[in-house]
Amino acid sequence: MNPWPFVAGAYWVAITLTVGLLVWAYASMRRAEAATDALKRK
Amino acid sequence: MHALANPARFLRIARPATLWLFLVGVVLAVGGMAAGLTLTPPDYLQGETVRIMYIHVPSAWLGMAGWGGIAAASVSQLVWRHPLAAVAGRALAPAGATFAAICLMTGSIWGRPTWGTWWEWDGRLTSMLVLFFLYLGYIALASAERERGGEGRITAIYGLVGAINLPIIHYSVLWWRTLHQGESIGLTGSTIDNSILWPLPLTMIGFTCLFAAAALMRMRAELAEAKVEARMRRMSA
Repeated sequence: MNPWPFVAGAYWVAITLTVGLLVWAYASMRRAEAATDALKRK
Repeated sequence: MHALANPARFLRIARPATLWLFLVGVVLAVGGMAAGLTLTPPDYLQGETVRIMYIHVPSAWLGMAGWGGIAAASVSQLVWRHPLAAVAGRALAPAGATFAAICLMTGSIWGRPTWGTWWEWDGRLTSMLVLFFLYLGYIALASAERERGGEGRITAIYGLVGAINLPIIHYSVLWWRTLHQGESIGLTGSTIDNSILWPLPLTMIGFTCLFAAAALMRMRAELAEAKVEARMRRMSA
């Protein structure tokens, strides 16, 4: 059995989920902090 | 801990820390994974699939450490009523769930060529799956309690009760000897040869920094949302 598709698949899963988590966390932080700034300006 | 009880003081530290944790995390995680894929020799038994270890072990550690953090935040909330404890618990849960999922999926992918099966209901795999479901329950409970305007005490109790699963995961390979191998890395040393082992500390520290950066970003988001909600309430009153 060729092991490389399994190795590549495992790394793809780890990288995709980690990047997804970081992008979601960053986007939610930016959205919430922008809303606070907008309210402050009002 | 109590020095950080003031959200403004916490944010002064969290803002630069988020960026630095992210940058250090990216460098170490990418460097460790690249080294693990290209610079280490294949294992004499597992062959090339041993390279999955460099992502599987950090994700297992972070899946468990995330719940350890939730348990610590729960104690802090229930005993000392730390104002940021509930926020920390809610911020840790999605990151912990993500790494528990990575651990389960990469372990399953490693199991197919090594054990000949994607899944086996052995002690370690089952207790890790239970941890993942505990995370989902925590996220749902915290969200429901927050919507109802609760202080998060029920969620904190759930976080403490769920910590019972951590020693079960850790000792499962000793209590029930099935497919999953025993402990190969401990506090006193490792049974893995150094030529294969050396990129693992890089990915361990790298993914831990990324986990911490994600948790800090979620805490900042929660604090900003709470500030908006409080201001909206004041404006409508």
